[in-house]
Amino acid sequence: MKQVSKNDRRIRRICTAILVLGSAVCLFPFFWLIRTSLMDLREIYRQPPLMWSESPHAENYGEIFSGEFPFFKYALNTMKILVPVTVGTVLTSSMAAYAFARLRFAGKKLWFTLCLATMMLPGAVTMIPGFIIWNELGLINTYWPLIIPSFFGGGAFNIFLLRQFIMGIPRELDDAAYIEGASFFWVYWRIILPLIRPALVVVTVFTALGCWNDFMGPLIMLYDPNKYTLALAMQQFSGSYGSNLGVIMAGAVATTVPAVLLFLFCQRYFVNGRILSGMK
Amino acid sequence: MAKQRKNTHLSGRARRENLAGYLFAGPALLGLLLFALLPILVSLAASLTDWNMLTDWTFVGLGNYRSLLTEDYYFWGSVKATLYYAVLSVISSNLVALTVALLLNTDTRLQGIFRTIYYLPTIVPAVAQALLWGWLFNVDYGLFNNILSALGLPPCDWLAGESTVIPSLVLMSVWSCGGSIVIYLSGLQSVPPELLEAVAIDGGGAWARFRTVTLPYLSPVLFFNVLMSMIGSLQVFTQAMMMTGGGPNGKSLFFSYYLYLKAFTDNQMGYACAMAWMLFLLIVVLSALFFRVFKSRVFYESGQS
Repeated sequence: MKQVSKNDRRIRRICTAILVLGSAVCLFPFFWLIRTSLMDLREIYRQPPLMWSESPHAENYGEIFSGEFPFFKYALNTMKILVPVTVGTVLTSSMAAYAFARLRFAGKKLWFTLCLATMMLPGAVTMIPGFIIWNELGLINTYWPLIIPSFFGGGAFNIFLLRQFIMGIPRELDDAAYIEGASFFWVYWRIILPLIRPALVVVTVFTALGCWNDFMGPLIMLYDPNKYTLALAMQQFSGSYGSNLGVIMAGAVATTVPAVLLFLFCQRYFVNGRILSGMK
Repeated sequence: MAKQRKNTHLSGRARRENLAGYLFAGPALLGLLLFALLPILVSLAASLTDWNMLTDWTFVGLGNYRSLLTEDYYFWGSVKATLYYAVLSVISSNLVALTVALLLNTDTRLQGIFRTIYYLPTIVPAVAQALLWGWLFNVDYGLFNNILSALGLPPCDWLAGESTVIPSLVLMSVWSCGGSIVIYLSGLQSVPPELLEAVAIDGGGAWARFRTVTLPYLSPVLFFNVLMSMIGSLQVFTQAMMMTGGGPNGKSLFFSYYLYLKAFTDNQMGYACAMAWMLFLLIVVLSALFFRVFKSRVFYESGQS
């Protein structure tokens, strides 16, 4: 018995060693990103490469925050989309999830199947007609095409995920409330929503991150550079400032940091695979 | 009329529940109609025309589809590039994710930290990721070629090489497979330890335990992850748009990117809609195939299938 546990411990140690190595591989690109962002061009292109700048300087960040690249304006533009989209998504997807998990209504099965089927639909299929329709409505180059859809269900995946969660809540809780005369809205608002808070956090964070990172939507819908979101502006900027790699890396850091902070802040909800896959 | 009569038979509570159902699901159902079904119809209709944003819509029947399949020089190349990327990326990222999840499952002490670290790359915005990896792949000054030369190996062309561009992009996708890792890990945690012990007592080694217990319990998660990563990787776009521009020599001209170029650079909207439907068809056929082959092998604890 002792032999086995000793052997086990050795295997466990090897596993941990491999994991440490893997972590280094995961983290090294982050290190390289920050390292490059703190260098001037001379140092960046030095051969063999320096591990760390001999005189780290923040000029690249100065260029990003106060130079020709109006970082804060783009970040604000992104927030103007992100905040309403997140509110709309969390609200309407949880409402639909509640209906699909708990309420009996005509055609529910068909609607739910249709809803799930849209998950298979490639973005490319709806992208062009989306553009055509918003163009007909004269709303191209505004934020509305990026915001409005989120108030209409907020995506099949979110609905599916929250529905799975709600189905895990004992029905007796609702029934007890109904017996005492509670309305459907009361049950949704005061029983269901508080109990699915971990899943709601995940949906919120996912939606916010998705919006912060979205590049395709703004690329198609916005053409006025003054309205660009951060992700889109970074892409355009990297094309026009192609040569100054230090500034571009500083921009990449500045774009990444808010996302990573949000993730670390909520990560105890986030890295739970059961929530992510909606599986029980 | 029949519906109305049926409704009057329903109790007041059932009628109220029906109404509440439609009120709560209403926004989503409306969204389904407005932002899925309507675009689908418009897209289907547009795919049968030669609309280019300026002229009127002229009906061309299946002409777009015909020229796509028989005349378009880039079409089959872009299908090939997309399939190559999808196969390579689905296999390698799922293998890596499953391996890491198995390793993580052995270590309960540091699991939290490791999980966070492995998940971190998936948080990086695609734009930042593309900029960073473009720099790492740089042929003359990039980190990877510096590592190769430090090891005494010849430099690699990475994104600039016709045969290396797709494997390079796959490498990048493996870096951000943290989402799959976390899902595999949760699957592993549902494997009953008693069963593993039973196999061990019967003299089964690590491989036997994995094959007879872990793998069956993991199969629903495996199925889910592979299917999702397949659907996702068939739609690969940003990497081509930001890092390679479809090159070199069209070797990374992914289908979605080619479609985007047709629509928004060449303004061939009708043609691009036809392309989108070909992509949808491809995804549906591959998913159906996948379901047929693997669904029967998925093991469900409760016995349903």
